[in-house]
Amino acid sequence: MLSKKQARAFFLGGTLVTFLAFIGLTIYSFSDPQDQTNHAAITEQVVRGKDLWESNNCMGCHTILGEGGYYAPELTKVLDRRGPGYVKAVLMSPIPWEPNGRKMVAYGFSEEEAADLIAFFDWIDDIDLNGFDRVVSPLSKDDK
Amino acid sequence: MNRIYSFLGFAEMNLANKLHQLIQFKFKQMKYKSQKVAYWFFAFSMLLLVLQITYGFVMGFARIGLDGLHDFIPFNTARAVHTNLLVVWLLSGFMGAAYYIIPEEAQRELVNVKLAYVQLISLAIVGVTAIVGYHFNWWEGRKFLEIPRQLDYLVVINVLLFLGLILTTLFKGKRKTTTALVLSMGLLFAALLYLPGMLPFDSQVTDSFFRWWVVHLWVEGVWELIMGGILSFLLIKLTGVDREVIEKWLYVIVGLTFLSGVLGTGHHYYYIGVNKIWLVVGGIFSALEPLAFLAMALFAVNMYRKGEKKHPNTLALFWTLGSAIVSFIGAGLLGFAHTLPQTNLYTHGTLVTAMHGHYAFWGAYAMIVLAIISYSLPNLTGRKLYESVRGRAAFWLSNIGMLGMTVAFGVAGVVQVYLERKLKMEFMEVQNEISIHFVVLLLCATLFTTGIVLYIIDFIKHGRPSDEALETIKN
Repeated sequence: MLSKKQARAFFLGGTLVTFLAFIGLTIYSFSDPQDQTNHAAITEQVVRGKDLWESNNCMGCHTILGEGGYYAPELTKVLDRRGPGYVKAVLMSPIPWEPNGRKMVAYGFSEEEAADLIAFFDWIDDIDLNGFDRVVSPLSKDDK
Repeated sequence: MNRIYSFLGFAEMNLANKLHQLIQFKFKQMKYKSQKVAYWFFAFSMLLLVLQITYGFVMGFARIGLDGLHDFIPFNTARAVHTNLLVVWLLSGFMGAAYYIIPEEAQRELVNVKLAYVQLISLAIVGVTAIVGYHFNWWEGRKFLEIPRQLDYLVVINVLLFLGLILTTLFKGKRKTTTALVLSMGLLFAALLYLPGMLPFDSQVTDSFFRWWVVHLWVEGVWELIMGGILSFLLIKLTGVDREVIEKWLYVIVGLTFLSGVLGTGHHYYYIGVNKIWLVVGGIFSALEPLAFLAMALFAVNMYRKGEKKHPNTLALFWTLGSAIVSFIGAGLLGFAHTLPQTNLYTHGTLVTAMHGHYAFWGAYAMIVLAIISYSLPNLTGRKLYESVRGRAAFWLSNIGMLGMTVAFGVAGVVQVYLERKLKMEFMEVQNEISIHFVVLLLCATLFTTGIVLYIIDFIKHGRPSDEALETIKN
């Protein structure tokens, strides 16, 4: 029968091994040859877009890369689905955008801010998402 | 009818039994004056829980088109408040549990009670400031970690103060039990794991990757140590089973938790833009995660059956066993339901996640906090409302309500997956189709809220903690 000492060794040993493996896999994932995000394409404008994304908690309603509030549409591949003109109009709208009765906060972004956010979405759109990009892409409609 | 009534726990003991058991357990009460500080952390938790539910209703009504509060509380504000209040009331509950458990396990008073109150007040100030800030667009906008960076530093100071008090008490104490060590280790790791969430990244992918170091490794890692520590303490007190037996299995359970949960973080990395290796690693290890919860449920039920003594506080026992069982269903089974990469490809980013999230948090963490409150309140206040019908009704109504909410989220999520991801309908068309499930959600949430209100009435009826409780028992 298992003793308390053996149980403790199982806990400490298992924890140590899995943490080391986890850190090793993290380092491997972020090594240059494994980059799926086109990291070099992150410009200052993309970073400004990300800052706007965060400072307005867009993720509180929308999802991006499948993560967010499930209250408003997934914005991965949004430029493919809607085009930059539509996205810009939504971002700059001075009154709440209200598609099918569900309201979005009227952020009334400036021209430059809207461009920053669109650059951010553009960078997101080119990430290799291991197949999820196909699920949320308009191209997937061809697979029906 | 009587059997059903008895099964629900409304009348399982006759008066003679009650007296016998009360006598048998008369010394299992508050032992140290400083444990009283736990009461105020629990009271703070109850207040935040009420607010959390209120904001949940704001979101629920918005989903069926009743969004009259949109100009003051838009959905992203309500959501940030709802999820952050959850985290803070649970943390406050864990802290209260530690302030109650550690002195008793270490067999000494808390090293500094005044500082513990300072810690509570500062936690409340930081929490309230963050919540108010969310209404004025002051946040970080990173799911679950919305607290602005400036407040993050205050959180760190607050948690360091808490850990200092708990760990000093533990190491100055007469004994260092496994239960206390596991609980303290969980709290220490939870504090350390908060730090990766404060690192700034230019890339959304890297940001998301390390955000899960905090969120996943909290809820599917170190918080389970905290849960395990509280569960172990409660089982020792409530069942009378030998401490050595319970603590041995505690090690096995937390061992299984880390063995599966750490690499199981990979299930958050399938489709966010990192290497495919996570599809394999995350798939295998997250499929093993239910084992830890299954072990926890079997452990709790077996210890209960093995226990020769029956503690008169059956209400605390209900919450304790309920937590172990519901966490297996919510975190284990419902998590497994969408954790395999082939399934998650379609469920990722849908309401299926909300289904799993609600029942998992309820079972694993909310119920264990409610369990330790139910156990400690009569001891802190000296008022033994074990047999309160209100308490039983609170347990069943909140559990049935939350189960109904989970089913409503689940049905809405599955329909959303099918219509949006398979039939390729537009997002908002699908949302309108599934809005009826949110009517059901709101009805079940009303039932749930009724249960919580009854629980809080019971909390208030216990009155405030009193030194008399301590003295009466010692005499």
